[in-house]
Formats: sequence, structure tokens, C-alpha cells
Amino acid sequence: MAEYHLTSPFSEQDIRQLHAGDIVRFDGRLFGIRDLTQIYMFDQGHEPPVSLAGYPCIHTAPSLRKTGDKWEKICVGTTTSTRMDRFSPELISKYGVRAIIGKAGLYEKSLDAMKEHGAVYLAIVGGSAALETLQIEEVEAVYWEHLHPEAIYQFRVKDFGPLTVAMDSHGRHLYDEVREEAARRMPEIYKKLGL
Amino acid sequence: MSDFDYSIVEEAAKQLYIRSLCDLPPDVRDALKKAYARETKPTARSVYEAIFKTIEIADSGKTLICQDTGLPLYKVKIGSGYAWNGYEIKNRLIDGTRRATQEFPFRGSSTDPLLRVNPQTSVGPGLPVFYWDFAEGDTLDILMAPKGSGSENMSKMQMFTPADGIKALKKFVLDAVVGSGGNPCPPGIIGVGFGGTADLVTKLAKDAILRPVGQRNPDPEIAAIEVELEDAINASGVGAMGLGGDVTTLAVHIETAYTHITQNPVAVNTQCWPARRARAIIHPDGAVEYGY
Repeated sequence: MAEYHLTSPFSEQDIRQLHAGDIVRFDGRLFGIRDLTQIYMFDQGHEPPVSLAGYPCIHTAPSLRKTGDKWEKICVGTTTSTRMDRFSPELISKYGVRAIIGKAGLYEKSLDAMKEHGAVYLAIVGGSAALETLQIEEVEAVYWEHLHPEAIYQFRVKDFGPLTVAMDSHGRHLYDEVREEAARRMPEIYKKLGL
Repeated sequence: MSDFDYSIVEEAAKQLYIRSLCDLPPDVRDALKKAYARETKPTARSVYEAIFKTIEIADSGKTLICQDTGLPLYKVKIGSGYAWNGYEIKNRLIDGTRRATQEFPFRGSSTDPLLRVNPQTSVGPGLPVFYWDFAEGDTLDILMAPKGSGSENMSKMQMFTPADGIKALKKFVLDAVVGSGGNPCPPGIIGVGFGGTADLVTKLAKDAILRPVGQRNPDPEIAAIEVELEDAINASGVGAMGLGGDVTTLAVHIETAYTHITQNPVAVNTQCWPARRARAIIHPDGAVEYGY
């Protein structure tokens, strides 16, 4: 397990050096997206008004407050990624996103896209919104405001993490490995319970 | 009717929602520390380190622990020694919930199930969830829990047959928890309902997650099954956030009720690591004691 400190936007080399189980923290720009953002992009065919190429995207629906033109953070946390799996391959292949941040992971087609294009899935600690909110220095911009709280959020972050590389660009999938290991252990556990 | 000022109940409801979102109960903190001490996997250990930092930031008053403000649930115990007005209590709890959401302000999570329109109030038809009970003494005891959805979405219920016995419960609980992986933000509390009817067993599972962590069922045979299931779940290796590790659950709590001679109902309600709850005990003279 290695630890990395990166700065976004990420190069392909930044991402290819990462392996499942490594810990990552980063500075720079982070985009927040969610279910509705991607339904609007992919199902309804709207082009994002900002380039996501090289950047990480986090699955979130933030609590923000708008005073005049300025958006302020109240609480920003992470939601379950599995619901948004079907959008992720295109997010990587078409828009060049280098890291998807969320909890509980994505599936096989997303993993294939990560291998092909050089991207990773970074697992954040679900429920730890207080920490994430503190690591967000500024809400730089909000695009597609009419979709709030599922718009596109451009955050500037500092030491964002710890994030665990849960799916890497070499085909490893930590959640699947844990599931397979649990399945291997189950017969013995059943036996102990008298099942 | 008494001349009790029910705005005290409304204010308590507002405070309870905010307190529950910011201040994790001491038993949950202790259980997380014990889990960290047992954990040997580096990935899981880094999860706990982030958890402890999160709790510290929330303690310093900067923000909520988790952005999921959940659906509000109140368990209310009305003391028989004072003329409490139940209708007034219910309305004030609804008003206090709405005020917490709009005045803090935090994200309201309640929505119409068909139209999916969120009023940003945390209330609406059927919400908050209320459970009413009665007790000796003259106080009004209100336990509030904001139930997060990552864990609530992993809930399960099944009507087994009497012939399936206790084995059905054990397999059902184990499979449900291991199958949920990282979705419910482990390590949390696994609440199990056993007996009753289809609706009661589900409510019992919810009661079970609201017990202080590790408080055993008073029936020693049921308590032994709690321990057995904790060991079995932790042996799976699912670990913190489903990334692999030695601790997948802080505790298994089972609540039971008598059931029908032809029934064997089992329900599972999972609670995430931020196992949030807050309590207020209100006295007839208007004094309010806050706790967990």
C-alpha cells in the first residue's frame, strides 16, 4: 500500500501509477455530479459547459447557500456510486474524467473503461461529510444551476482524502476481491452457525 | 387540561434534529474506537482515521457529520403522571422538525414517492415517523433518530415458516449483511426483528438499531445469538466501507415479540457507522434534559 499526494488535473501517468489499495490525497479542482446531472448529460444530450478532462468527479448532492453571486458550502458529502454506474464508462471515454470518487464502487464496464483510458475509482469514507466539507476551500462555480442540488459543482480542494484506490487502471477491483473472499469464507461461517 | 407551554416541545424537536446530526452518542464513539483497536488491515485503519477526524470536526461545531439528514423518526414515551396533550405534542414535533431543516439550514430529504418533489422541510404526509408509548412517571421522553438512506436501503424482511426455526434468522441476517457490502457504510449496528407480524417485525428491527451499542437483549438465549451473529458477520471480512477488514459490524441487536403459531418473521434494519440519535426528557415544569 503506497500513499500519493497529487494535484488535479491528473495526467494518464499520474493515474497509471496507482494500484488497488493505495491511498490518495490531492489538491486542485474537483467536480461534483450526481444522478440528475448525468441523466441531463447522457440521456437528454446536454454538453457540459466546462471541460472535465483530466479532473476527478465526486458523487454528491451538496448543501450550499447562495449569497448574491457567491456560493458558500454548508455540508458536502458523498453518495452511493452504484446507482450511477451506467453513465461512468462514457464519463471516462467521452469526457476524459480521470477519477470517479464515491462509495460502494462501480461495475465491470466502468472498470473496462478505466483500463482502456487510464482512470481510477477512489473510495471515500461514506458518512464523513464534515471532513470533506472542511477540505473544500471554495465553491468556484456552479453550472446548470436549475438542477441544484444535482448541478455541476466546481470545487477547489486541499489535501482531499484519504481516498482508497478501489478500482485501478490495471483491472483490479477491490470490492469484487472482498466479495470473492467473503464468498470463499461463507461455507465455514455457515458451518459454525450450524446451518 | 394543563397550562404547559408546548413551544418547549417544538424547540426540543428542533434541537434534537440538529444535535443528532452533529453529536454522535458516546457508546457509538467507544465502539468505533474498540473496532479501530482490533482492526489489522491498513486500508480499513485509514477509514477509521477519517471517521475520527470527521467526528472531531463535527464536535468543533463546523458542520454536520454526514450530509444525509435522513428521515426523522421519533419514539415518544408519555408519562402517566401528568396530563400531557398527545395531539399538541405530535403537531409541535412536526413543526420543530420543519424549523430545524429551514433554520439551520440543512438539506431536507423527504420527497413525494410518485412525483419525487422535495419540499425541503423533512416532513410531509406520513413523516416524521412516530412511535408512541406510555410509561410511569410524569416526564415526556423523546428519542429522535435521523435515519440515513445508504443503510436504510439495505433493509430486508421475510416471513419464514415455523419449521425453518432460528436457523432461518441466522442465515437471513448473515446473507443480508454480507450481501450489502459497503453500501450501508459499515461498521454499523445490525438491527434484527424476530416475531410479531409483518409490520411489527420491521418496527422491532428499527427499535434494535436505536439501542445503545452493545446493550444486550435481556434474554440470555437471544443475547447469545447476538454474539454468535456478530462473530459470523465479522468473520466475513467485508470490513469498514466494504473495502475489507476485521470488523464489519459494531454490534448485532435483536428485538423480539410473540408471533402467530404459523409464522416466523425476521427483519433486518442496518445502521451506518454514524449511528445518530438524540434524546430529550421534558418535565412538567418545562425543564428539558438532553442526552442520547
